[in-house]
Amino acid sequence: MTATIADLGIAFGRVAFVMLFVLNLGGLLTWVERKQSAIMQDRIGANRASILGLRLFGLFHPLADAIKMLTKEDFYPARADRFLFTLAPFVSVFFALVAFASIPFGDVLWIGGREVPLQAVTLNVGILYVFAMLSLGVYGVMMAGWASANNYALLGGQRAAALMLTAEIAIGASIIGVVMWYGSLDMMDIVRGQGELIGGWLPQWGIVTQPLAFILFLTAGIAATKRIPFDTPEGESEIIGYFVEYSGMKFGMFAMADFLETVVIAGMTITLFLGGWQVPYLGRDGFHFPGGLALGLPHLAVVGLQISAFVLKVLVMIWFLMLIRWTLPRFRYDQAMRLGWLALFPLSILNVVLTALLLLLVRP
Amino acid sequence: MRLGQRFYLVEVVSGLALTARHFFGNMGRHIAHSLGRTDARGAVTIQYPEERRPYSPRLRSLHRLVRREDGSPRCVACMMCETVCPARCIYIVAGEHPNPEIEKVCDEFTIDLGKCVFCGFCVEACPEDAIRMDTGILEFSSFSRTGMIYTRDVLLSLEPAGPDGRPTSAVPIPADRTP
Repeated sequence: MTATIADLGIAFGRVAFVMLFVLNLGGLLTWVERKQSAIMQDRIGANRASILGLRLFGLFHPLADAIKMLTKEDFYPARADRFLFTLAPFVSVFFALVAFASIPFGDVLWIGGREVPLQAVTLNVGILYVFAMLSLGVYGVMMAGWASANNYALLGGQRAAALMLTAEIAIGASIIGVVMWYGSLDMMDIVRGQGELIGGWLPQWGIVTQPLAFILFLTAGIAATKRIPFDTPEGESEIIGYFVEYSGMKFGMFAMADFLETVVIAGMTITLFLGGWQVPYLGRDGFHFPGGLALGLPHLAVVGLQISAFVLKVLVMIWFLMLIRWTLPRFRYDQAMRLGWLALFPLSILNVVLTALLLLLVRP
Repeated sequence: MRLGQRFYLVEVVSGLALTARHFFGNMGRHIAHSLGRTDARGAVTIQYPEERRPYSPRLRSLHRLVRREDGSPRCVACMMCETVCPARCIYIVAGEHPNPEIEKVCDEFTIDLGKCVFCGFCVEACPEDAIRMDTGILEFSSFSRTGMIYTRDVLLSLEPAGPDGRPTSAVPIPADRTP
């Protein structure tokens, strides 16, 4: 009995870590977005919200946002489908939240003789799971577009569906190369495979073995988040988008879903291409530098290093995604479609062929 | 588009380099600022109510009536400013000055700032240099039209702006304005 309680506790701990990490990071991203865009544009950014005169670089603005969203009028359009209209933001946020579950944030942790893999859910088809959840997220957007009884919202929902199709196919095709190279659909196995060294010194990260797939995946991933430069479903300057009829916290949940998807895409990118939780030259018992130098580390220190490496990489990747979002102008709808179908997709197929050839040559 | 531009990637990277350079440069200046290098500024923002852009000495701000040494207005109620005012926002009622040397004085001098266009003609027209627009006060607002009407005593109490252009007297708050 005690064993099962401990197992339950461990499972709960794994889920809680991922859940709190993603939720808090998603909330914090509103602050990151405001501040980072401000600093990039020689401004200061939102810094007025204060508690007892304490401003903390505007860190209370997400809190103020939440209070504002929760106290606003919860509006229903007269001809809207009330059930679907209410359901849509929840669907959006839910699938964005659970998508992170199979992304590993560390290697195994040994507690009291138990082997705990550091990911919320151990799935041997982890990649497919993440993509399934990301694709299901678009149902929330389409539902919102349909249930609003608003032509612009419907247009936005339709565009979201088209864009998601474009992005998901490009994403799916671009990671086939990664899957072929590391020989697994389990994200944990892929990250472990990236710990091996090429020629004794270069970590075999995805960006080294699959540089083309990295660029394609990143581009398609940004498209999947529905943010600028691929914000055609929103299209603020033309159709306002699928959430045109939403107000209050329901609108906030759509915004939140975008941020959560950003976190998921950042997590996916680093897991598949930037070594996930891998620290270069760090094995299970410590550092093994090329040239024979070794540094032994206790197990907990290794795990701590891996988790902090994962968190750091996610943060840097999010910074980079924000940099792209605040640098590039948006693609027009037809341009986004053309880029997706005529550039990303064929190039992904080319990448698969090249990888197959390379594998044939390297591993006979 | 050139071939390189059609390919997007080169242009995207050059754009990202530009914004990243701004980001890190500004970040460094912000950090230097917080470490005591007050001349380093990471942003061009002027945080308005606390910080202000220096005003030009020629700025036409809220009017004031210049006082004589005995405290009475220098205005002799010649009606020049009321006549020249294109917005017709000045209303003067003339009266007798206690000093026999001075013929007249304004008993009432009312400016409706809701109508005023801040052209400065009143200042130029005045033969006695009795009205000036050098208080440096810009933040006068009200929830009602009557709150925009400034009377003689309020205008007399105002002081000219300091050498930096900042107002030296407090913003006169109209009767109906609740802060």
